[in-house]
Amino acid sequence: MSTNTGTVEKYRNNFLKEVEANVEEGDWVKMCMQCGVCAGSCPLGKHWAHPPQEIFMMIRAGKREEVLTSDSMWMCTSCYNCIVRCPRELPITHIMHGLANYAKRLGLAPKAQPTAWFSQVFWDNMMKKGRVNELKLGLSLYFKDGIVSGIKESIKHQKLGMNMMKAKRMSPMELFGGHGVKSAGDLQKIIKKAQEIENARLESYGK
Amino acid sequence: MAKHEYSYYPGCSSQKGASGSNLQRSVDTMCEELDVKLNQIPDWNCCSASIGYGGGGVLPRMTLSARNIALSEQHHPDQEIVATCAACWLATKEAQERFEDDPSMMAEANQALAEAGLEFKNKKKIRHMVEVLIEDIGYDQIGSGVKRPLEGLKVAGYVGCQTNRPFGIDGESFENPMYLDKLVDTLGGESIKTYEKKVQCCGGALAFSEPVKSQEMIHGIIESAYDNGADVIATPCPLCQANVEIYQDEINAKYGTKFDMPVVYYSQLISVAYGRDAKDSSLDGQIIKAKKLEKIAGK
Amino acid sequence: MADEMKIGAYICKGCGIGDRLDAGQLASTATRDGKAAICQQHDFLCNEEGVKMIQADIDNEGVNRVVIAACSRRAKTEAFAFDNVTMHRANLREGVIWVRPDSDDQQETTQEMADDYVRMACAEAKYSKVPETSGQQGVNKNILIVGGGVGGMTAAIEASKAGYPCSIVEKTAALGGAVAQLHKVIPTKAPFADPQDAGVDELAAAIEADDNITVYLNSTTTNIAGAPGRFAADISAESGATQTKEFGAIVQASGFIPYDANKLPEFAYGKNKDVVTQLELEALAKAANGGAIKRPSDGKEVTSVVFVQCAGQRSKKEGHLEHCSGYCCSASIKQAMYFKDQNADVDTTIMYTDLRTPGAGGENFYRSGQKKGVTFTKSVVNEVVDGANPTVKFKDLILNEEAEVEVDLVVLATGMIPNSGQETRADLAVEDAEDKAEAKSSGEEQVIRVEVESILNLDYRQGKDVPHMANGFADSHFICFPYETQRTGIYTAGPTRRPMDAKQAMDDAMGAAMRAIGEAENAGLGKAAHPRSGDLSFPSFRKEGCTQCKRCTVECPFGAINEDEEGYPVYNESRCRRCGTCMGACPVRVISFENYSVDTVGQQLKAVDIPEEFDEKPRIMVLACENDAYPALDMAAQNKLEYSAFARVIPVRCLGSISLSWITDSLNSGFDGIMLMGCPSGDDYQCHFVKGSGTAQERMSKVGDTLETLSLEKERVATYEISITDIHKVPKLINDMADTIEQIGMSPFKF
Repeated sequence: MSTNTGTVEKYRNNFLKEVEANVEEGDWVKMCMQCGVCAGSCPLGKHWAHPPQEIFMMIRAGKREEVLTSDSMWMCTSCYNCIVRCPRELPITHIMHGLANYAKRLGLAPKAQPTAWFSQVFWDNMMKKGRVNELKLGLSLYFKDGIVSGIKESIKHQKLGMNMMKAKRMSPMELFGGHGVKSAGDLQKIIKKAQEIENARLESYGK
Repeated sequence: MAKHEYSYYPGCSSQKGASGSNLQRSVDTMCEELDVKLNQIPDWNCCSASIGYGGGGVLPRMTLSARNIALSEQHHPDQEIVATCAACWLATKEAQERFEDDPSMMAEANQALAEAGLEFKNKKKIRHMVEVLIEDIGYDQIGSGVKRPLEGLKVAGYVGCQTNRPFGIDGESFENPMYLDKLVDTLGGESIKTYEKKVQCCGGALAFSEPVKSQEMIHGIIESAYDNGADVIATPCPLCQANVEIYQDEINAKYGTKFDMPVVYYSQLISVAYGRDAKDSSLDGQIIKAKKLEKIAGK
Repeated sequence: MADEMKIGAYICKGCGIGDRLDAGQLASTATRDGKAAICQQHDFLCNEEGVKMIQADIDNEGVNRVVIAACSRRAKTEAFAFDNVTMHRANLREGVIWVRPDSDDQQETTQEMADDYVRMACAEAKYSKVPETSGQQGVNKNILIVGGGVGGMTAAIEASKAGYPCSIVEKTAALGGAVAQLHKVIPTKAPFADPQDAGVDELAAAIEADDNITVYLNSTTTNIAGAPGRFAADISAESGATQTKEFGAIVQASGFIPYDANKLPEFAYGKNKDVVTQLELEALAKAANGGAIKRPSDGKEVTSVVFVQCAGQRSKKEGHLEHCSGYCCSASIKQAMYFKDQNADVDTTIMYTDLRTPGAGGENFYRSGQKKGVTFTKSVVNEVVDGANPTVKFKDLILNEEAEVEVDLVVLATGMIPNSGQETRADLAVEDAEDKAEAKSSGEEQVIRVEVESILNLDYRQGKDVPHMANGFADSHFICFPYETQRTGIYTAGPTRRPMDAKQAMDDAMGAAMRAIGEAENAGLGKAAHPRSGDLSFPSFRKEGCTQCKRCTVECPFGAINEDEEGYPVYNESRCRRCGTCMGACPVRVISFENYSVDTVGQQLKAVDIPEEFDEKPRIMVLACENDAYPALDMAAQNKLEYSAFARVIPVRCLGSISLSWITDSLNSGFDGIMLMGCPSGDDYQCHFVKGSGTAQERMSKVGDTLETLSLEKERVATYEISITDIHKVPKLINDMADTIEQIGMSPFKF
């Protein structure tokens, strides 16, 4: 256990305060009443090492590293079942996204976590031209572990790809340019600015 | 002038050659029939869906939607924004609400938009095409235009997640929304009220990153459709459609099943029921052919 | 009723009775067997015309016993309400036609059933009298309130507002009770977000300003004699001066005793000064007066505090309280806010297993606590380790792991012990008396039971305080009759009755005050309290037959019967609830009511026509409690659930009133089966008279011997516990008894 979660810190509010300040909808964490409806409502519930209500308790118990290095919140499929069922109306889905983002930003997200990786690829793909290039996104998925396994994966999914192309729902043309926002440069400027504003706020925490 | 006119946000998957292009084609046909005009938001951008969070923080993600809202305000000042993609609708509506609740976040987004000379006021309603159908047109009106009732077509209405939660359609329950069933019945089809996977998650974007876990859920969605005697699964969501349709080969290989269940959009059902042919109804976009529906279209 | 008895029988042909039954035959049964002087038939008896017809006979013909052969006695009571006559109902609708199939082959037995009910109603009429008043009545509007806390004060203010003068007797030197010790209280108004002022001073000022309220400080009630309407209370000051005052009714709001935290050494209480109880924290908060709360050991400002919920509560461990005190979760939230409102950086953790925040605003208050940053940790505290700072060792139930935290202060949420005086169960009183007698005879006087100080000091044969229910609380029947005790005219409010917070105690006090007012008025009119509200009859006994056995005084659930010097019963009419348990208890059958006696029922069962053995028409006597079993039978009839035509149902006031003679008489006259239906008894009793049904169960356990003497099968007599909702069960039980008789055969006692 790291010094971050030493005895002195446990069951104190330090980490909760950090989450409240820095995590999307983190303000709500303290409102959880531990009923566990979220855990029972999650379609991937059985794959969470720590279901949402446990994550909330861990935050309140000051278990910073255990929370941020967990791959639990990366199991969220954004189905919003927990949100609509939570009797306390916690925006659980958003908090999970927020924790995942925060963990990744701090470099604590588990390495090789497929969704952590994919979400970054998605973001980068989308940011390039302002719209998602599905073909490139799919290919980067197959090639994520290198050329050799990428070719194997591509062959394995060849039929799927052919099917999609036949149905005109995938276009090889997307490899060369493809759809995009005309003023992609403007969009990038906008998002860069938004990122700067957010980074500045996060960096100022605790100072 | 068309009876209904909206500022339209189609989303990435609806573009030509993209996975939901068949949704777009059938929506175009449906809107033609219902006298609905969709004015595409010029130069719209991706909303980052519900998976962009790994790369982008809250403000950048919300600002993506702010730009679309700003462009809509600029070009279609008097029109509500309508989306057909569940994720597009959800992300934009969520951003709209978040900005409304948090003026300082809105100020920050405007600060970012100013980099490209844009600004938004955030006064627009963000709506789903299904809301247009139910609230602006209505079941009665839709029913009155049916030329080829979908007689004998048993439809498992798969609403999925993001069209249904957290916002959903007014007056519908999260646990058992009925609008898709009502729509199927309105079109003369036979809705399956006992379809228990109606609001089950298909894995969403995790179908890419966690295929095994997602396909287990998709398996259940298709299996229940078979158990309930469905001819076809119908859905409003492009990601649901793709996830449930395109992995059936892989699921069959893994589970030893022989699934061959077509998955169509409500817009395709309406197009066919309104007498349009298979092509206009984008039935050629099916990987698993909706034969029974094709037959009705070919009548 | 000085006049000669004259029965008027009225047969209704409405609601299908006329179609299903031979009304002419019923009329001749009434006149021939029932000796009705007048008998009239009517198509719609409960309408204006029918009622007028009856009234005319009362006015002009001198009818003073009215027999209505129509629907159940529970129906149309407003239409069939006549003054100065007795009322008897033959239940032809719910009791006969609705429970029997409408078919030709069933016609004969159905008609027999109806004829019997007419005979039974006439028999009851013959042995009933119109109740006369006892002469004990007199309205006394004064209300005695024992306890001057927020409950007692609220009761006094409310009763005074309604025009009833009150006297508060308070043991200490000031009004305010436990709440006066609190820094603030749980919020009582929306948005239920912050602790609020207790308002004790305002209440005390209102009392001060009210001429209708007399306050006796440093005083206790050292003797209370009498009955509702005429309680005589000795109010004694600490100095010894005593004055006797008369009251119509009493509210007991004597509060609670805080649990002794010294019984919790595992939490280092008494060892570490920084482990305190909630009440002790209130003192610290009062001392801080809005500033930082300082801990007792060294006066350091508290920066971290843990609240241990359920300390010594909700536990079966020896010395712990079994019950949940109900207020402590909210109290801990409130106390955590004392810290958070002053300095949001103080770490406040509430360790709970189940957070319970009752009341309209409870959930809001919980949320408000969360919003203020109070940490709620679902956990079990195993130990508090003594040290410079106490260390709390606990198991986190969500994270499923042992953990510990060192804090400046630990607060124990210990519970409430009701301040309800002495346990006065009648059986204990009897045991005590026996033990004492034994001790005397063996020449040594010894203390038999550790005596708690009495609060009321009632001069009742059955004990000095109101009887206790679960865990020492003085409740009687928390669902149907809150505030009610087993002593008529004495009502409990606040934590004496059940654990609660200040607001609930004040609400409670209003209810108890209202009941006290009602009973003072009732007693003045000589009327019974619920469930026989308005009944003017009361028990009397034939002194020449009485053997002074004391069974009636012991078994009365309400302590209504005292004994005179010779050991004869002395009835206190207004304490009596008219259940008849004394009548059932009397072995020599000398106790009776004017309208309910050994004869009114005994003659009914004798009036039933018993066919000869070879007719194969058995008869089943059903004695059904009028509060639950009889309504359940009526409702079964409304649902058209059939039961055997061989059953004859007689409503009784309570199973406790059943005389064993009814059983033996029934058997002797040839009944084949006897069914006794009373309310569930025991800890979760539903008996409207608290223990009548339980007492009956006990008495009936001895019936087996009687059956043996008569060489009868024991299956012929059975006792059942029936709830009002057992609509489908009751007809089935009757049918099962009919089947049983078919198997074991007819009674040999027919003649």
